[in-house]
Amino acid sequence: MKTVPFEEALTRYEPVIGLEVHVELGTQSKMFCSCSTNFGAEPNTQVCPVCLALPGAMPVANRAAIESIIRIGLALNCSIAEWCRMARKNYFYPDMPKDYQISQYDEPICTDGYLDVTVDGKVVRVEIERVHMEEDTGKLTHSGGATGRIHGADYSVVDYNRAGIPLVEIVTKTVVGTGALAPAVARAYVAEIRDLMRALGVSDVKMEEGSLRCDANLSLNRPGDPWGTRTETKNVNSLRSVERAVRFEIERQAAVLDDGGRVHQETRHFQEGDGTTAPGRSKEQAEDYRYFPEPDLVPIAPSREWVEELRLTLPELPSVRRARLAEAWVIGEFEMATLVNAGILDIVEETVAAGVAPDAARKWWSGEFTRAASERGVEPADLPVTSADIARVEELIASGALNDKLARQVFEAVLAGEGSPDEVVAARGLAVVSDDGPLLEAIDAALAEQPDVAEKIRSGKLQAAGAIVGAVMKTTRGQADAGRVRELLLERLGVEG
Amino acid sequence: MTSISRADVAHLARLARLAIPEDQLDHYAEQLDVILQSVARVGEVAAADVPAMSHPVPLLNVFREDIARPGLDREAAMAAAPAIEDDRFRVPRILDEE
Repeated sequence: MKTVPFEEALTRYEPVIGLEVHVELGTQSKMFCSCSTNFGAEPNTQVCPVCLALPGAMPVANRAAIESIIRIGLALNCSIAEWCRMARKNYFYPDMPKDYQISQYDEPICTDGYLDVTVDGKVVRVEIERVHMEEDTGKLTHSGGATGRIHGADYSVVDYNRAGIPLVEIVTKTVVGTGALAPAVARAYVAEIRDLMRALGVSDVKMEEGSLRCDANLSLNRPGDPWGTRTETKNVNSLRSVERAVRFEIERQAAVLDDGGRVHQETRHFQEGDGTTAPGRSKEQAEDYRYFPEPDLVPIAPSREWVEELRLTLPELPSVRRARLAEAWVIGEFEMATLVNAGILDIVEETVAAGVAPDAARKWWSGEFTRAASERGVEPADLPVTSADIARVEELIASGALNDKLARQVFEAVLAGEGSPDEVVAARGLAVVSDDGPLLEAIDAALAEQPDVAEKIRSGKLQAAGAIVGAVMKTTRGQADAGRVRELLLERLGVEG
Repeated sequence: MTSISRADVAHLARLARLAIPEDQLDHYAEQLDVILQSVARVGEVAAADVPAMSHPVPLLNVFREDIARPGLDREAAMAAAPAIEDDRFRVPRILDEE
């Protein structure tokens, strides 16, 4: 497929992006029936007459799902409709046994909001067009044909466990003027939505399990021209993919336009492997879903009192919280993003609250514990180490009883279930050697072994001291304070530090 | 009052996946027209002060609590399935080759 290098494309064209994000709510039961929503159950074991569309079955809306979507709307600064209805979206496709999906059409429950995202220190306001309630569809698996894709498949099989799980669709207005930042803005927006949903506690927002899904719309136009024809890229299943998909479409559409061609309005599929997009369904002919108000469900009219009650349940928004913590911990945007992406912001905050210095809390969680967690295949917060343990170890470091190396050994033992830091220190006899006698002995031995190094240090080459300090640390099995060893060494050789 | 064209019938037939021969489009257009005109008479009776309604009962906000309950077991759920494979409903090919 022909492409134009990204930077070059941007010298001739301006990208216009739009994003549709689907969030599967974390309710216990489905949107319109009481079936469980657990992920990963055996096929077709979480189904009932309602979600299988058996004759006579009637849907009833899930109150928790409606509360969740109102809270999402409020967090996105939307207006909450005083009265709205669900609608039937009719289509021929076996992912829904009803032959329609219950959704919302011209009466979405939340409208006209915004979400600010920060990219390279620049705040971009992404305006929200609508947030509406719908139900998820069943899962199709295509069989036969060359690629496992729907085209050319001999037949398909369907699991309806997912059919009817509450799904919230968040649609942005078109975002213009982002230029070369367009891919990063798209990514930052989806990341911000993810963090917001997590803070609200309405979804587990796992892109890899499909509880957060994104479709990216993109068009290009020459400066001053009207907007071009857009494509909609689906199958974008990670934050990184969002960025790559937008970037690739800019490069691809620029090549089409450069050749005097026209961009087809179509759905495209992102290919994780090579980062390209491939054409899917053509949308040249407008879909006709024959939407009409769902007659089996009564209108939803959230009272203003209810909306205000829900507003009171909103948590501190992630962006506000990040700014507050970054200021308190004196760290920048990059360091903060690292903590968020590693999923350790909460636990670092908890550790700081337990009395640990912010730098130390960050260092332990993003180094030692992130590594240990990934080795064990668990989340860092689920490791068997508490904020109190870290606070205790930091106390021991501050008092000189432990150094960094010994502290790491203590944590290794704590993680291995050997007890609290104090118990580990006592059981393993871990302590910094603070008596100068044994240290001087070790220094003398090291100097005798490396007389050339001793000579260098005497002649003023202080960086050579490292070799002797290292040797002493080795003989004391790390239980010495390296700073003290260096002091004693220079004293011994009569050199000014 | 209403007037259904041949093109309307062709469009509806396509949406409903019905194969209606070209020479029968006029026939169905006529019939659909009669049906729609009958329904349209309701509009003549309704006074201007009667708002349009989408539901026959004046109810709002009917919700259920978010409690999961067991549904059908798989055997019952799939009893009426025309074809089954790997505990899933097997359905015919959806799209032809591109």
